[in-house]
Amino acid sequence: MIDLFVVPLLKILVVLNVTLVCVTYMVLLERKVIAWAQSRLGPMRVGPYGVLQPIADAVKLMIKEDITPTRADKWVFTAAPVISMVPALIVYAVIPFGPEVTLFGRTFTLYIADINVGLLYIVSVASVGVYGIILAGYASNSKFPLLASLRASAQLISYEVAVTLTLVSVILVAGSLSMVEIVRAQEHSHVWFGFIQPLAFGIFFIGGLAETNRAPFDLPEAEQELTGGFHTEYSGMRFALFFLAEYANMIVVSSVATTLFFGGWLRPFPNVAALNFLGIIPSWAWFGIKSFVFLYIFVWVRATLPRYRYDQLMRLGWKVLIPLAIINLVVTGIVKVALM
Amino acid sequence: METPAVHHGAMFDTDELVINMGPQHPSTHGVLRVVLRLDGEKVVDADVVIGYLHRGIEKLSENRNWTQIILLTDRMDYVAAATNNVGYCETVEKLMAIEVPRRARYVRTILCELQRIASHCLWIGTHAMDIGAMTVFLYAFRERELILDLFEEFCGARLTYNSMRIGGLPQDLPPGWDKKVLEFCKIMDEKLYEYEELLTHNRIWLERTKNIGVLSAAQAIDAGLSGPPLRGSGVPRDVRKDEPYAAYNEMEFDVAIGTAGDTYDRYLVRLEEFRQSLRIIRQAMQGIPEGPIVGKVPRLIKPPAGETYHAIESPKGELGYFIVSDGKSTNPYRFRVRPPSFCNLQALRQMVRGHLIADVVALIGSLDVVLGEVDR
Repeated sequence: MIDLFVVPLLKILVVLNVTLVCVTYMVLLERKVIAWAQSRLGPMRVGPYGVLQPIADAVKLMIKEDITPTRADKWVFTAAPVISMVPALIVYAVIPFGPEVTLFGRTFTLYIADINVGLLYIVSVASVGVYGIILAGYASNSKFPLLASLRASAQLISYEVAVTLTLVSVILVAGSLSMVEIVRAQEHSHVWFGFIQPLAFGIFFIGGLAETNRAPFDLPEAEQELTGGFHTEYSGMRFALFFLAEYANMIVVSSVATTLFFGGWLRPFPNVAALNFLGIIPSWAWFGIKSFVFLYIFVWVRATLPRYRYDQLMRLGWKVLIPLAIINLVVTGIVKVALM
Repeated sequence: METPAVHHGAMFDTDELVINMGPQHPSTHGVLRVVLRLDGEKVVDADVVIGYLHRGIEKLSENRNWTQIILLTDRMDYVAAATNNVGYCETVEKLMAIEVPRRARYVRTILCELQRIASHCLWIGTHAMDIGAMTVFLYAFRERELILDLFEEFCGARLTYNSMRIGGLPQDLPPGWDKKVLEFCKIMDEKLYEYEELLTHNRIWLERTKNIGVLSAAQAIDAGLSGPPLRGSGVPRDVRKDEPYAAYNEMEFDVAIGTAGDTYDRYLVRLEEFRQSLRIIRQAMQGIPEGPIVGKVPRLIKPPAGETYHAIESPKGELGYFIVSDGKSTNPYRFRVRPPSFCNLQALRQMVRGHLIADVVALIGSLDVVLGEVDR
């Protein structure tokens, strides 16, 4: 009874809360890192060095007036932010933050579920998120959001192809679709898949930037062109849901990248005994550190690069990334067969 | 005006989407309104609507005395107030045949070039921001701030300077100012590399700006362009060289020109102008003579009857003043400005056709218009 219901529920509670706190602090991290890149201070007023800024932001967004345009499609308009946010959160169900830990004489696994098609689950759930954006643009009944949602649907569909193809090559190497097994495979082969599949990782990361609508692929919300894009008509908490979904998705992409390409919860060189002292850092912390590096790169890229144009984005996706991903997949397959 | 027909698919009927960009839009640089007719994301036609910032400066000037107008010229191109002042004062001086002392002419040159750098800083920041590179914006504003500090020390104001007087300058340079200017030149030299590192060879930047809004030399001249947009198309027209004013005839500098006439070339031209401006400032600082700062100006400024046109090279292009004096009153009979932004904006419609929405903002940025000057 306890193992079946109480423990998973507690885990869900912990993961959900930790994630939401991470998401809000991701916003702060982004503001701070970009501020440093731009030789300014960033938020400094709320709490020491602005550490309480996310709380102030959350309170502000919650008490703001929630406007629904008169001519909007009310139900869809209300549902869209939720459709956007929920997939971003439920993906965490299969992400392994670490192996087993023993606590109060009980052994817990540091993941909510280890389903045998974990990767497939992530891909399919993540692709539901795009509906939120499309529906938001449609339901707003406004021209700029409509254009943005057209952009978003084209962009997300084309980049999902490339990303999924790279995932397939990882599956080939690991021989499993389960997230936990993929990490274990990296432990047994003594090498992180990022070093076996550097091209796949590159494509995955670029595709990840595009799928999370991050710079330089932030076309659906391009403020300078489409005045905010699909969330132009949103305000208050509904806007906040879109906003948080974007950051939650960034954390998802970072976590998946960590798990698939950089050994998940493993410490560097798990097979080298001389580095055993690194074991004092718990496994979930290693996972956190690695994910943080990716999140930092996300922000760093945003501070550095200009934005692609719509047609260039599509060209990059279909003419560069997808062919490369296919080649990578074929070569991986051939090598795998040859080694057997 | 002929417009390409929208294709009609076999299955779905397609329609043009008319979208209103501005006057409240983050990247129309003020209150410009562009009515776009779109086929998908492609711009079929664009209608540029102006007038939202019209304050009647020209008419107002006809009811102010000659000194008060200097203050009004500040409000036209408000990011380059000093060049506006210089242009106006020189026009009146030309009308009254006032000899401006050499020192004043040198200071005017220095102020004009500082102003050009400040204006180009604002341009590179907003232009890059429109294309999505947000960091350049803050870097450029950081340097612009230094120039504003210099102006503040000289005349007390940071935006609308009122920094000239007919016949010369309101006051001499403050002590120690010259050292600060040279120090700024040194800083700016280094910082230019920072902008270039972020943009010039950036693949995304190249893709976003190359072959966008191409204007041939003939088209640029036909459209009445001036300044960097004209020079980007390869026409070596620069009022500073062709009809020198202030102390430009004593300065050594090159006129930067482009070849392709696209957004990237206009970008390169302005970047080169940063360097040439620094070169001019250094020369002027070195050669600045001692002496009076105001020429022989009568107590009551009342130009003789007649009319005159005088143009200077403002950061945006050829800024001309046409003034008619009736010789009787203490205000101009007719006051007319040839604003470079207004004339340059005319090319927008022709440039954006066939491009995508994202290019529209890039092109508005590339023309570097200031709506205060367009509408006056």
